[in-house]
Amino acid sequence: MSDKRKLVRKSQMTTGGPCWVYVDEEENKIVRITPIDLTDEDAPSYKIEAHGRTFSPPRKSTMTPITAASKSYVHTDKRLLYPLKRIGFDPKGERNQELRGTPQPGGDPNYPGYERISWDEALDMVADEITYCKREVGPGSVVIECSSHHTWGLVNYRHSLLPRFMNTIGASMVDHNPDSWDGWHWGAIHTWGHSARLGIAEQTDGYVDCIQNCEMIVWWSSDPETTGGIYGGFESTVRRQWLQELGVKFIFIDPHYNHTNALCGGKWFSPQLGTDAALAAAIAYVWITEGTYDKDYVATHTHGFDEWTKYILGETDGVPKTPDWAAAECNLKAHDIRALAREWAKHRTMLAAGGKGGWGGCCRSPIGMDWSRMMVALIAMQGLGKPGVGIYTTTEGAPVDSDFYFPGYADGGIGGDPENSAAAFALAPRLFAHGTGNHPTGTNIVTAAGAHLDRLLLPESILDGHAEWSGRGFVGASIEQQFHRYHYPADGYAKMHLFYKYGGSQIGTMGSTNRYVKMYRTKNLPMVVSQSIWFEGETKFADVILPACTNFERWDVSEWASNSGYNPDSHNQANHRFIVLQEKCVEPLGESKSDYHIFWDVCKRLGLGEVFSDGKDTLDWCEAIYNVSDMPSKMSWDEFKEKKYYIVPVDNKAPDAPPYRWFYEDRPQDTRGWISHQKPSETIGCKGLQTQSGKIEFVSNSLKRFGHHDTDDKERPLMPMYLESWEGHHSERFKDYPLAVVSPHPRFSFHTMGDAKDSFLNDVKDHRVKVDGHDYWIFRMNEADAKERGIKDGDLIRAYNERGSVVFCCRITKRVPKGTCHCYESCAEYDPLGTPGESTDRAGCINMLTPARTLSKYATGMTTEHCLVQVEKWNGR
Amino acid sequence: MAMKQNYMIIDVAKCHDCNNCFLACQDEHAENDWAPYQAPMPRHGHRWMDILRHERGQNDRIDVAFLPKPCLQCENPPCAKGGDFVSVREDGIVVFDLKAGKGKDISGSCPYGAIWWNAAEQVSQKCDFCAHLLDDASWEPGIPRCVHTCPTGAMAFVSEEAAAFAKRVEAEGLAAYKPETVAKPHVWYKNLHRYTKNFVAGQVLKGGDVAPDVVVTLKGADSTAQLVSDMFGEFRFDGLSDGEYALAAEGKELAKVKVAGTSVDAGDFEI
Repeated sequence: MSDKRKLVRKSQMTTGGPCWVYVDEEENKIVRITPIDLTDEDAPSYKIEAHGRTFSPPRKSTMTPITAASKSYVHTDKRLLYPLKRIGFDPKGERNQELRGTPQPGGDPNYPGYERISWDEALDMVADEITYCKREVGPGSVVIECSSHHTWGLVNYRHSLLPRFMNTIGASMVDHNPDSWDGWHWGAIHTWGHSARLGIAEQTDGYVDCIQNCEMIVWWSSDPETTGGIYGGFESTVRRQWLQELGVKFIFIDPHYNHTNALCGGKWFSPQLGTDAALAAAIAYVWITEGTYDKDYVATHTHGFDEWTKYILGETDGVPKTPDWAAAECNLKAHDIRALAREWAKHRTMLAAGGKGGWGGCCRSPIGMDWSRMMVALIAMQGLGKPGVGIYTTTEGAPVDSDFYFPGYADGGIGGDPENSAAAFALAPRLFAHGTGNHPTGTNIVTAAGAHLDRLLLPESILDGHAEWSGRGFVGASIEQQFHRYHYPADGYAKMHLFYKYGGSQIGTMGSTNRYVKMYRTKNLPMVVSQSIWFEGETKFADVILPACTNFERWDVSEWASNSGYNPDSHNQANHRFIVLQEKCVEPLGESKSDYHIFWDVCKRLGLGEVFSDGKDTLDWCEAIYNVSDMPSKMSWDEFKEKKYYIVPVDNKAPDAPPYRWFYEDRPQDTRGWISHQKPSETIGCKGLQTQSGKIEFVSNSLKRFGHHDTDDKERPLMPMYLESWEGHHSERFKDYPLAVVSPHPRFSFHTMGDAKDSFLNDVKDHRVKVDGHDYWIFRMNEADAKERGIKDGDLIRAYNERGSVVFCCRITKRVPKGTCHCYESCAEYDPLGTPGESTDRAGCINMLTPARTLSKYATGMTTEHCLVQVEKWNGR
Repeated sequence: MAMKQNYMIIDVAKCHDCNNCFLACQDEHAENDWAPYQAPMPRHGHRWMDILRHERGQNDRIDVAFLPKPCLQCENPPCAKGGDFVSVREDGIVVFDLKAGKGKDISGSCPYGAIWWNAAEQVSQKCDFCAHLLDDASWEPGIPRCVHTCPTGAMAFVSEEAAAFAKRVEAEGLAAYKPETVAKPHVWYKNLHRYTKNFVAGQVLKGGDVAPDVVVTLKGADSTAQLVSDMFGEFRFDGLSDGEYALAAEGKELAKVKVAGTSVDAGDFEI
């Protein structure tokens, strides 16, 4: 009864927005989670003047559906409540690695295949193996692999806590490819630089320019209503609604009639998968042949245009890239392509490419590098930086005060790692008496000179014992650094012996992921530890499981949507800068512990507890970080703990420095924010881009210097070109696998957060469908394709290719054309019907079917955005 | 003085199926005991806020609409025939008495399918506009959870006298879902035609290129509509009832189109 139940309201921050959490402390239970309404005490919201109107955002935070469902995956039977050991794994005897993923009888009924052990036993097993690795195997043998995203918080986030732990115990890490940025990182960087943004466009202060000057937006592989700039919830929805109220025209190019298109309307172009670059080339063809591009700008701000023009006109390869040619390639109508090109040239147009000025979508496909470079080429032709003209997606660039300093998660937190985070720029010098350098102590093992593994090649590294690749993880320091070669094992280092998984979801998020399953089941991997929150997917391959708690069960402090680092000033995804105390809302469930406490306990076992903690518990670190930000000038830590959140006042400086206006006007870069700036050493007088010419390079000097474009790096020619996709309709594979599936970033899970786990999200009609008691992942097909295969809406189907086989529930929809299917990536579960790694999965992991091939031999990016499959009706077993 | 009535207004054109309303409802009610208002909703299976989907059109001329459907809080609730535990509060909310309704499954009585049977608790359940929160002065937002969590502005909660609301229905062009049911709902929709009616779309071309700014006419049995083609030469007549129509532009008939329960992409026309 409501009046009997005493609820306490606490504050939290999630990947999908800040929230109030109503807690029943007696029952240690979250009762409800809501957005936060601002009060009159909070700073006023920004006001934008445009076309005679004033716009100001709602005084309330928004949240993603994943955040809205948080309670159901905090309190769920899928939680890990105590440490577990795999049955068949004897750390002192037979380890039976090949049985990983095949539950042996006699286990805990809640966790099949595992038996309950005490924390003491679990920590001993982990600490003993680390000691063994150090003394008997050697450096490089303890390897940690974390998830791409973590539960939110500056102390507990992986860029903060994890390097601190690794540096304390001497572990190395599996480097993450710049997933979601791939084509921009490996491709567009060679056209316009921006290595410090991983190749994507400046967005800071973009919105005011957009609403005041832009007349049309071309959304290309961009669905902000689904991805929200990554962390911005639905903050940008109202910003798009204002644009529509002012009559800004929207056009969408996406194989799937996406959710932004569905909400906003506007002409829909659905190019055949793998052909977006052909459409771009045809647009350029129209502009060149009709003289409707900015010739002066191209002459002064770009390099190599004449050579590229010859390619577009077909003078070099005999194929003029006409609208008729593109129409046939893309399955579009030539008159629509001509109209698109002409309207674009006529209007001041923002190209909303990807999810945040680049990022996501087509850039993660086999043609990702050329599509990304084509996007830069097109906007260069229309004068990047002119009022209302740029690569801008509305998901970022709200006019908030970015000069007020509060760190983001990539600023390194309590780890201070200058090589694997942005710690050296601002936070570490403020937080640590001995300044930059690893904390609590430096080890070379996680530096460029240390031991390395690349996540995309992890299975081959373990199974074959060796691998070779270019670029170490997110390569942001310079353009050239991505060419640097690495190999496993690194010279003089041991091979991996103890694999310590810190959360993670490779099976759901990488390509051809049966590879990862096979990797777990090899003798080459003597021990696997998983520090995880839920008993799901990949966790079930571990030998020892350490139960972690969620962010709702531990202290932290943070700002909404603020990554910093390679994503500078991303707090401007939100309409208000929200700095939030993340309260421990409930005590950790069962015997689970915060990541900080688990790492601390492991360190204690190794006699390094004091070194790791510096005598501080989580809340002490929160206070320390808070006190070196600009916050103490507004309120003391104690006041903040009372108030629980703070809205940074706006400073109304935005109109001064829209993205690229400095470049357009040939001025020194004046973009706001401390990390957005080019390195002066890469410019002349702080003007120009990071490329060798300082201009947008249609012909890339960096690739010319690298010298592989015409030998073994042909996927990345000197110029942006349309190359037929090796996973497209021209390929051999198309004969056996005639359906092209686009598998973009998901709408109802965040990576694998929120999916499965018996969460409320399972009941979302567009996420999973219950058939005979099992929640199946949805696979979307056009009616004609379904009919040819005798498939009806709601049928169970099997999609397969030579990489794997997965069962889904079929949704027949008009939102994909014939030949194209749609299936979100990032399923959290893995449910093989036979031998793991070699049988049909019925959890819904489309990434079993996506390519393992990297963008090119020297571009270690993923290509999982689409794949070719065949589909049949599935009748079970 | 007449009592203020509670109403919900849902704009179909602003809903894109993010499910925040549905999830906020689960968050509020699933496994939470709000007796005497509501017994705990089961963790899975109920949809007190049920989001219906409707796709229209063919080829690349399509759209999709969503209709979030809670209990419509009828003034003459058909479910009242199911038992005397159903009552309409003074503020217009239809409520089920928990004790008196024990064991009574009236889920079949609702023409909108908005009532759900909870086998574990042995009660019929449905949306009550979060009455336990509306009655709780400490609930600062002061509105139901679904409306509070909606991020697109698709939902509004209005408390006003019936006469004022009747004027609003007129002024804002609000419509009732399934009006033939005549149950006088307190949930009203904007842009309901996106869900209940159809469109005829197409494209006009001149010399193989798109023809913007062309006046296109659609003539039905007893109505004629006109609009100007857009920058792609495209046109879309929406809100159509079933029937036969004739499309014309620049004095020339383009096609005869039959709307029979589905929207129509009439195609491209050289004029």
